[in-house]
Amino acid sequence: MKPATAGWVFAAPALSVIGLFFGLPVLAALALSLTDFDIYSLAHIDNLRFVAFDNYVNLLRNPLFWSALGNTLYFVVVGVPLSIAVSLGAAMLLHSKLGLFKPFFRTAFFAPVVTTVVAVAVIWRYLFHTRYGLVNWVLSWVGIDPVDWLGDPHWAMPTIILFAVWKNFGYNMIIFLAGLQAIPEDLHEAARIDGASPGRQFRHITLPILGPVLLMVSILTLAGYFQLFAEPYVITQGGPLQSTVSVLYLMYEEGFKWWNLGNASAVAFLLFVLMTAVTSGLMWVARRKGVE
Amino acid sequence: MALCALALLGSCSHRDDGREVVRFWAMGFEGEVVTQLIPEFERRHPGIRVEVQQLPITAAHEKLLTAFAGDALPDVCAIGNTWISEFALLDALTPLDPRLAQTPSVQARDYFSGAWDTGVIDGRAYAVPWYVETRLPFYRQDLLKQVGIARPPTTWAEWKTAMAAIKREVGPDRYAVLFPLNEPEPLLNLGIQSPDPLLREDGRYGNFRSPGFKRALSFYREVFDRRWAPLASNTQIANVWNEFGRGYFSFYVNGPWNIAEFKRRLPADLQPTWMTMPLPGEHGPGASVAGGASFVLFRSSQHQDAAWKLIAYLSEPEVQVRFHGLSGNLPPRRAAWDAPVLANDVYARAFRDQLERARPTPKVPEWERIAMEIKLVGEQLANGRLSVDEAAAELDRRADRILEKRRWMLDRQAAAQMPAAGASR
Repeated sequence: MKPATAGWVFAAPALSVIGLFFGLPVLAALALSLTDFDIYSLAHIDNLRFVAFDNYVNLLRNPLFWSALGNTLYFVVVGVPLSIAVSLGAAMLLHSKLGLFKPFFRTAFFAPVVTTVVAVAVIWRYLFHTRYGLVNWVLSWVGIDPVDWLGDPHWAMPTIILFAVWKNFGYNMIIFLAGLQAIPEDLHEAARIDGASPGRQFRHITLPILGPVLLMVSILTLAGYFQLFAEPYVITQGGPLQSTVSVLYLMYEEGFKWWNLGNASAVAFLLFVLMTAVTSGLMWVARRKGVE
Repeated sequence: MALCALALLGSCSHRDDGREVVRFWAMGFEGEVVTQLIPEFERRHPGIRVEVQQLPITAAHEKLLTAFAGDALPDVCAIGNTWISEFALLDALTPLDPRLAQTPSVQARDYFSGAWDTGVIDGRAYAVPWYVETRLPFYRQDLLKQVGIARPPTTWAEWKTAMAAIKREVGPDRYAVLFPLNEPEPLLNLGIQSPDPLLREDGRYGNFRSPGFKRALSFYREVFDRRWAPLASNTQIANVWNEFGRGYFSFYVNGPWNIAEFKRRLPADLQPTWMTMPLPGEHGPGASVAGGASFVLFRSSQHQDAAWKLIAYLSEPEVQVRFHGLSGNLPPRRAAWDAPVLANDVYARAFRDQLERARPTPKVPEWERIAMEIKLVGEQLANGRLSVDEAAAELDRRADRILEKRRWMLDRQAAAQMPAAGASR
């Protein structure tokens, strides 16, 4: 047997499973997105129309799709850097020699990641209650008027970003921590002897060596944050004034609430195209900077 | 005790004892309490065994559609009134007229017409109402008296006067009424009072630009403009009953299940302060939406006769009164309302009155979705993002888009029937 054939033989079982349970459904969804499959079609297949790209065109004409896209991008653009910064900060604190009770904090910071989003979201909804919430109560000490965190369209998305960052930073923190621990201590030592401040050490030693880790974390976080769904679903149901409707939330409503599977598939593919474009862009930038 | 009974039911459901099995799906709390009515039915019909399965209310619609797609529907089910047209269109329901004709104990004319009518599609009955609900204001008698209003308002004008008086009394931090922005019902109930239908041309287009619906929109907007109602959703009010007790708002438009909640959750000294009243209309007590759940028989069922016996049993007035005692749900039959437990309930009285005026929502499968748009546009209207005319136009635009497929189907049907009619001549 030629080596190439052997390779295929070994890979075949896994590939066929992927093809069957991933490739095929994706193709079916692509086909579905070109039709107007809905409950009428479920009743009788005669009611199914081939609409070519109408679903896509209508979606691009639908103001709600654009506002959902805007909300998602807002979440990504603010949430991803914030989340990475917080994770990196927490990882550096845990890595620092000065830190105390490290195993405890490592567990505590990681705890939100493993807790169900629904359970913590319910708690957060109470924390952010306008009149009885802990957050406004604390703010009132410094004389800040109560903020309607979840009822004001301007504040709802920032609140959800805060929640998501708090919920997720522990995951990236662990990856960063592993990256930090892989940096040889001699480099920092040498820099310190040469008189570099902690800030310069961070900029010229820590960040460049963390580069590949940073890239991976960015891509993972981007992909995750583009799929914002559970937070608005549990906390705000897309409100107030649809200011927290994300693209995936829109897809859920179209597909599973109203059974417009054709439309929902079109939403899914547009999101897929967008995510591919953004991650490819990120990879391209990273490659040019030689981070990879 | 009830748990034991449930466990027993669960354990015996796997045994094949030669009896005919009727599979019955019921949603939420009703599914839980209805099991207590089943033993009596099985005693009367020794050859039939009923298997009750409970569906969580939030997932019931998806589960039913999935069961339809997978050909796994039960024999009989209690479904939300707004879903009947959808399942009738899917051709999943058995028309009930022949059975009704043979069952004198279930008489259409004993039912509140709005409730019965929700199950009648294109002149054929597909569903028998199990319990009805309609929404009306729960209000604070004491606060109303405090501002010098002796009897509850019956028209929009009187209601506005009352709300203005209460708002003057309670100041800027409290309100007169709660219209939760995350529900379509408050605005929808005002809109359905209009003499104009909500959809026009056999449900082909929205009719929200009709003068009647526009008046409802103006009323709704005015309530928020004058700060009579807070710009808040239900989820933002941590505990509606507490807030009502504190006088955060004095009118709360909601359904009959809240009778039991208010009885249980308000402290004893506040118990005499609350009451229910019919929903005010433009010129006197108004209409409202006939909600609730109805029994349907699925076409795929192999046990239609036995399943129908179950429906007939659960529709008997005495059984409905027992069911009311267990669940607090209101019976859809007038005969059941003669029972002392309902006739003497002061809180149920306004519901009894209003049920005579309750109307079904338009019978198109897309209605649920249009109702969501009413909620969303209503929220924008309340926030001052849209004027009344803009909101009406926007609602029509959204409804027309949702109804596009329906128009195409109706036109195609009409086109298919035309040549046939010509040929037969």
